Formats: sequence, structure tokens, C-alpha cells
Amino acid sequence: MSTIAERVKEIIVDQLQVPAEQVTPEAKFIEDLGADSLDQVELVMALEEEFGADIPDDAAEKLTTVGEAIKYIEDNSADK
Amino acid sequence: MKRLENKVALVTGSTRGIGRAICQRLAEEGAAVAVVGRSPETVEKIAQELRDAGFNARGYAADVAKSEDAKATVAKVVADFGRLDILVNNAGITKDNLMLRMSEEEWDAVMNVNLKGTFNFTQAAVRPMMKQRSGKIVNLASVVGRMGNVGQANYAASKAGVIALTKTTAKEFASRNIQCNAVAPGFVMTDMTAALSDDVRAMFLKVIPAGRAGSPEDIAGVVAFLASGDADYVTGQVINIDGGMLM
Repeated sequence: MSTIAERVKEIIVDQLQVPAEQVTPEAKFIEDLGADSLDQVELVMALEEEFGADIPDDAAEKLTTVGEAIKYIEDNSADK
Repeated sequence: MKRLENKVALVTGSTRGIGRAICQRLAEEGAAVAVVGRSPETVEKIAQELRDAGFNARGYAADVAKSEDAKATVAKVVADFGRLDILVNNAGITKDNLMLRMSEEEWDAVMNVNLKGTFNFTQAAVRPMMKQRSGKIVNLASVVGRMGNVGQANYAASKAGVIALTKTTAKEFASRNIQCNAVAPGFVMTDMTAALSDDVRAMFLKVIPAGRAGSPEDIAGVVAFLASGDADYVTGQVINIDGGMLM
């Protein structure tokens, strides 16, 4: 069973089509990983699906780095 | 190879009139067709007619005004056919009345099917299309959405809304290789226009340079073009199909 951090990273790699080694906790979705606004929405939806969590829009807007996304899921996921 | 070979198309309001003709044309061009309408019996009947003609088709009952129905229908179509390439938002109704007499129910019913229904199915369909990185959405607008029309405040406003929705969809999803366009039929012979009085019909014919009403097939041909690879660089456009009525 992989950790939440690993699963989140896997989803980011899949959604943004970036190499896994670029997906570090400090990496910013827009500046470092080349995401646009649609990518961000898709990513949030994919995370919601994977973790059975509901991520409200105002919370989603604050998730700008990989580390923030992992922390949010760890704090709020239904199946932690 | 046919123009829509290996493509999967979903057509709402497809059991009669223009929608029925669009299903036929998309199937003839090679697409597998998901026939969507309100009555389970009718969608199955049309799907069976298409299968009898040697085409790949399935029926799906849904109320386009319900977001949940749209999501469930798109999910079923993707599960059955493996993908979704073409969405034709064709479902539409009229409840004509002069504005002074128009009830809130008449206004809401037309908005819910024509405008909200188009939004619901677009929102559901773009998800598999984004994943595929390709898709075509064709919306049925109307020339009255550009001109306005006496007795059609609800219908005309809903179709003007469809035009704005078409352009917004085109802009939001262009980067994902999804094109969205609209066709704006003029006066077309269907059950919807058969309900008009002889006077109103004569008045329409007088302002059509082509001198004839359109047929559902006239509309289906342009929809097939916009749904095909021939229109890959066309997005956010509204094409009038009206015999020159509005230029």
C-alpha cells in the first residue's frame, strides 16, 4: 500500500505529464510544472476521485505546490 | 475511409426531426451513435432502426435538464463504446407566447431544456474529451437567437444563450483540442414548425431568398461537417442554415 504522498505524486505525474523527479514537495504547479488553469481543475477533480474527498473551490485555490496538495489530502482525506 | 469512422457520437433530442436526421447522417458517415431522448421506448426504437440499417447505435433515456442525467448518460456511453468524440446538443422545445402572456413555467421549461440542457451535456462530455485530447461539440442554436422573434421571448433568449455558451466552450477547451460550434437553422420543416399557422409559414417563406423551407437533412449535413476532421480549425462559430434568411 503506497502512502498518500506517493499516490498524490502519481496523479500529478499522470495529469500534468511531467517526469516524476520534477514532482518535489516544493514544486509549484503553474511555475514549475507548467500547469494551466484547466490542468489545475482537472488535477483537483482527479484528487477528489482518488481520495473520495470534496475539495472546495476556496481550498483548491490555495493548493499551489505539490507539498500543499499532499498536506491537504493527508488532513482531509476520507481514507487516510 | 468514411469521415467519421471509429468516432462515437452522442445526439440529444434525437428521436424526431432534425435530431433524427443528424443521427442518420452521422451514422452514414461512419460514427457509432448514442441516441438520447426522454422516452426509453422511443430512443430504443430509433436505435433499432439505425441498427436495422446496418449502423452501430444504442438508445439512452435522459432528461437533459437534469445534470445528474447528463453525467450518468455520458458515463454509460463511454462505458459502452469506450470513448466519446462528438456531442450534438440538439434537444430543444418551444412554448411560444407573447411576452405579456408568457408564464414563468413557459419561460423556465424552455430555458431548462434548451440552455441548461446544453450546458449539462457539455459539462459532462468535456471530461472524457479532455482526457482524449480531442472532441467536437455542435450546438443547435437558431436564427431567432440572433434576430429575436415575436412570441418567442423564451426560445429566442435560450438560443442566444446557446450562442454565448458555444463561444465560451470554444475558448475554455481550445487548448485541449476540443472544438465547439453552433448551427443556426432558419425555417425548417419539422413537427416543431408544423404547429405554426399557415399565415406565419407564408410570412417566413416570403423572407427566405432560397424560396423554400429547409429540411432536417440540410441541417444534418452541416452538423456532420462541424463534427468531422474537416473542421478541426473551426471553433466558436455560428453557421446560419437558413436559405439566406439572415445575412
